[in-house]
Amino acid sequence: MIALEAAGLGKRYRDTWALREVFLSVPQGRVVALVGPNGAGKSTLMRVAVGLSRPTTGRLRVFGEEPYGETLERVAYVAQDKPLYDEFTVGEMIRVGERLNPRFDAKGATRRLNDLNVPGRARVHTLSGGQRAQVAITLAVAKRADLIVLDEPLASLDPLARHEVMEGLMMAVADTGMTVLLSSHVIAELEEVCDHLVLLSRGRVQVAGDIEEILQGHRLLVGPAGTVPGGSYEVIGEHRTERQTSLLARLSDPVHDPRWTARELSLQDVVLGYMRSPDVTHYPPPVLAERGDVA
Amino acid sequence: MIDFTLDRKSGTATYAQLIQQVEHALRLGLLMPGDQLPTAKQVVGRLAINPNTVLRAYRELEARGLVEALPGLGTFVRRSLVAPHDPELEASLGEWVATAREAGLGDDDMRSLLEFALSGHRREIA
Repeated sequence: MIALEAAGLGKRYRDTWALREVFLSVPQGRVVALVGPNGAGKSTLMRVAVGLSRPTTGRLRVFGEEPYGETLERVAYVAQDKPLYDEFTVGEMIRVGERLNPRFDAKGATRRLNDLNVPGRARVHTLSGGQRAQVAITLAVAKRADLIVLDEPLASLDPLARHEVMEGLMMAVADTGMTVLLSSHVIAELEEVCDHLVLLSRGRVQVAGDIEEILQGHRLLVGPAGTVPGGSYEVIGEHRTERQTSLLARLSDPVHDPRWTARELSLQDVVLGYMRSPDVTHYPPPVLAERGDVA
Repeated sequence: MIDFTLDRKSGTATYAQLIQQVEHALRLGLLMPGDQLPTAKQVVGRLAINPNTVLRAYRELEARGLVEALPGLGTFVRRSLVAPHDPELEASLGEWVATAREAGLGDDDMRSLLEFALSGHRREIA
């Protein structure tokens, strides 16, 4: 099952295209890192995915349906500023969630916030940034959605709060097998959590796919200056010194050239390499393979 | 039950680190046949990693015949990796270490020598 699919998706605000010709296919159950520089279109893509914004061109589907009406019961969304009612208590926020969402797990939300020592009687405006994030994300998880969309969930949180937010989210994934789409600037922190990458640049998809396949398909090729390694690859970025050339390359086949070494790359290396070359894009082939659900 | 840790700077993939830790525990006898591995949710609750990573490590351990997933019950150790106890072998290694130390070798020198001997042996059987 495809959780999120976009074909020729474009979104224009006045005369600026926030998204252009976006093609995506995210299988169900993936934890997706949506990354890209500021203004790349991350928030716009999320807003379209949760039905808050309509495409100018093309289409986007969530579990095969356009994100309106009943389909939105399957989707939860937390905007970047983690909107909550400041004057409400945490307990009242949970009751609001219960009223507005037919499948809402109020017991689970109460338990989770208790475990995190967020008092139910506290008013929202008295909470710390980390507690506020915990409340917003706990409410979104309690909606029992099949797709949860989180815009910068880790921004402005201290390291312990980041760990707790991610831990809570990953436990929910283990319980439900839900699909997660989250945007972030801190790529290193996504490597253990996310298994799918969507990298946007200037409103277009630069790279998208399962992270493991992306890492397998890219190497840092290091060899003597003035030579070119033999093989079939596309150069994403390069760095030259007098003696040595380093190429960040997307390989079609393994490179076998005795003068060149091929080093594996971290997610961060690959993402930074593409961000430095914003014009290099490649559209991924549609992902058709299904993976087992989380037990 | 064993507790996983994560070395985020090691460059080793997370699922591979989990596999290494289970194998290490099996070698040391910290895990024995019949012992249960933590559930994916338990691991995720400590390390804040993707549950699919844990499941993938467990599938790989199952493919190696070391553990067995019993649906609805959990994942259990099938086979130990504790090397058979051989006092003679251990004594001769102890003597070798003593001789090497007298010859002025440090721990790292000995480890390198052992690694060299092992790779030589691997080449012979290859």
